[in-house]
Amino acid sequence: MIPELGHFAIALACVIAAAQAVLSIWGAHRGDARLIAAAPALALGQFIAVGLSFLALVWSGVVSDFSVMNVAEYSSALTPLLYKITGTWGNHEGSILLWCLILSLCGATIAVFGRGLPSALRARVIGVLGAVSCGFLLFTLTASDPFNRIWPPPPDGQGVNPLLQDPGLAFHPPILYAGYVGFSIAFAFAVASLIEGRVDAAWGRWVRPWTLAAWCFLTCGIALGSWWSYYELGWGGYWFWDPVENASLLPWLTGTALLHSAIVVEKREALKIWSVLLAIITFSLSLSGTFLVRSGLLNSVHAFANDPTRGIFILALLGIVIGGSLLLFALRAPVLVPAGIFAPISREGALVLNNILLCAIAAVVLVGTMYPPFVQLLFGQQISVGKPFFDSTVIPLAAPVMAAMGLGPVLSWKRAALAPALIRLWWAALAALVVGLIAAHGLGAIPALGFGFALWMVLSAAAELVERGRLFRVPLSVSWARLRQLPRASYGAAIGHAGLGVTVAGMVGMSLAVHSIQLVKPGQTVALGGYRWMLVSLHDQPGPNWMGRVATLQVNDAASGRLVAIMHPGKRSFPLQQTTTTDVSIKTNGLRDLYVAMGDERGGGVVLRLHVNPLAPWIWFGALIMAIGGWLSLSDRRLRIGAPLRRVATARRGPVVPAE
Amino acid sequence: MNRRRLLLGLPLGVVAVAATGWGVMLARMREGEFDPHTLPSPLIGRHVPDFSLPGLGGGSFASGITGTELQKPGRPMLVNFFASWCVPCVEEAPVLAQLAHQGLPLWGITYKDAPDATAAYLASHGNPYARIAVDRPGRVAIDWGVYGVPETYLIDAAGIVRWRFAGALTNTVIDRDLVPLLRTAS
Repeated sequence: MIPELGHFAIALACVIAAAQAVLSIWGAHRGDARLIAAAPALALGQFIAVGLSFLALVWSGVVSDFSVMNVAEYSSALTPLLYKITGTWGNHEGSILLWCLILSLCGATIAVFGRGLPSALRARVIGVLGAVSCGFLLFTLTASDPFNRIWPPPPDGQGVNPLLQDPGLAFHPPILYAGYVGFSIAFAFAVASLIEGRVDAAWGRWVRPWTLAAWCFLTCGIALGSWWSYYELGWGGYWFWDPVENASLLPWLTGTALLHSAIVVEKREALKIWSVLLAIITFSLSLSGTFLVRSGLLNSVHAFANDPTRGIFILALLGIVIGGSLLLFALRAPVLVPAGIFAPISREGALVLNNILLCAIAAVVLVGTMYPPFVQLLFGQQISVGKPFFDSTVIPLAAPVMAAMGLGPVLSWKRAALAPALIRLWWAALAALVVGLIAAHGLGAIPALGFGFALWMVLSAAAELVERGRLFRVPLSVSWARLRQLPRASYGAAIGHAGLGVTVAGMVGMSLAVHSIQLVKPGQTVALGGYRWMLVSLHDQPGPNWMGRVATLQVNDAASGRLVAIMHPGKRSFPLQQTTTTDVSIKTNGLRDLYVAMGDERGGGVVLRLHVNPLAPWIWFGALIMAIGGWLSLSDRRLRIGAPLRRVATARRGPVVPAE
Repeated sequence: MNRRRLLLGLPLGVVAVAATGWGVMLARMREGEFDPHTLPSPLIGRHVPDFSLPGLGGGSFASGITGTELQKPGRPMLVNFFASWCVPCVEEAPVLAQLAHQGLPLWGITYKDAPDATAAYLASHGNPYARIAVDRPGRVAIDWGVYGVPETYLIDAAGIVRWRFAGALTNTVIDRDLVPLLRTAS
């Protein structure tokens, strides 16, 4: 009964979404106040309907209703409760429903928090979101119904994919999807403004917080996914340039570009057409990322049912959404009048450079990801594009981004001079140079460059705050007052930039990692990376729905002989799914990770893969700092307060500090 | 103004081309004519390319391997690309040992590996190879179209490459693919 209600709720949501699309956009076009006023209610109604169907699916999972095919295939009686719930979205059908849920949530947030928007614009934005929602709910109903029944129901389900039975991955999809789908709001604003034919400073101000929120989620989602592949897959790496990883990186790159170009729209009313295009591209990449990886076209480690028939439906849907919005762009963008002239060396100029470089990186990653299937289609040749290509193309483009990132925030709007800006950052540049030179001495050119840039990003972000507060130039109490007056967005930006520096330092550290694969018998010792690794014993360890085999290792410092860590890498075999997962053991002290993965056992010994990964935790820690910077910036009162109220608020606060 | 309109229509054009490509791929995938997941080898049905590699040295591995030897071996044999740094190679070592024990000639080519490391690897994991050549720069592997290590090639008596397997050999793969081929090849 409950699954049928869930199925009905999807159908209901689909109809509401259709009404939401047609009535809101038509009403805004005709200027019909009643239809415009109906838009938020419809968006909320759609959210409630999708929410109910999602709850119905979770319910079916929790009570282990194996007559629902989705539950029978991806859950079992023995699965722990947490994974019965998270298993809901650990499969194709459920994850699409989660996707639709978040999309309808976006509509509902605009309905609730968008009170400051002009009502016609709000209706159009809600209408566009409704149109997208309607398409994907229709897809759910016709091609990927999560409530399909099987009769007779099997006595037990097949269980969750063991790789996904992990807390890190359980919450990875919702966070990642919140990022992907969150960009739908920026997209809806872009399309709505194209319909209206008007983009102004207010547009930039409205789009920024939504983009920023989506960006924070996406940053966390990507970091969580990469962290999962680091500790769960047991390959010792954190990023494999896999198509699915690239699919999440692409909207992040263009979304970051959008975040910065929207600043220019808000402050200077320039880059309007470009920002609208970026908003459309970012959401288009999110859509393609979520759906094309499921069509079976790209080779990937990520397991989802591949079905070309489903793929054609998806492609048609993407064609309508992406093609339709770009057609609208081609027709309506000429109406938007460019404004706001600026010199190449200015804050705007730096942000344009940021946009060009980020989009260039995105283009390179896109080409690298799409090249193999297209070459096979056109020339019948199988090729693989991997790490060497991406390393040699992305790093040269990323280096100028990092260099310019420190400089941009201290340049003034409209027209700036390079020399005074550089003088303000002299100590950051000097420190980065010194660290770079020291690193070059011991580590080689590329890591030295990386560490130098990483420090530059952190210190230049700090230097910007020092500059804003006139620290060390005016009495400390005055500085303190100035710093307290600074908008939170300034702190957010500085923290975000510093976070990227931390992540880059972690990546450079990881490039210096050492590893070794050894067949070790209990009692034997292996030397690696300044440590002595001794295999103490091997033993069995049973779990709730798996059988485990665990090794105990003792790691001592090679020089002093001091005990550093006791480690327990293991393997788990899941009899129900007939698969084995590796249970990597990681010991970190914040500066380096000791990492052991266990392989096959042979002749009384076991194959161990030992890694010493310098600065590895910094990669994810930096991503967290970036997201914290984003949230801090979001909490800035400027963004919380609607546009008409804003001028009053600034006037009351007084012009103490130039806004960023 | 016209040029501006063209420029603004450019994204639509790019997406249209990409979407057409995807559409053709998906349609042909459904017909079973297009499979992006296979790893076809350009060598299948042909002789191996000409090459000459030095031997690993030490004991019976003094002599290297040349292309001409493999272009007419006189009996079916396997060539296995491997390296001491590769985990799946360790995994497939027992399977290779068993094949060699059953009397199938097996020659090895080390890929981007130092001879010392190879020797240590053979000492700890056993040596199923009758001959071992060293491809330190990995050039010969490129000519063969090697995708990664380990990779195994079946060459028939006339020197034609019959089969290529990328990844660690397992008993399942051998029973399913190799055994039937060996029956026809000999």
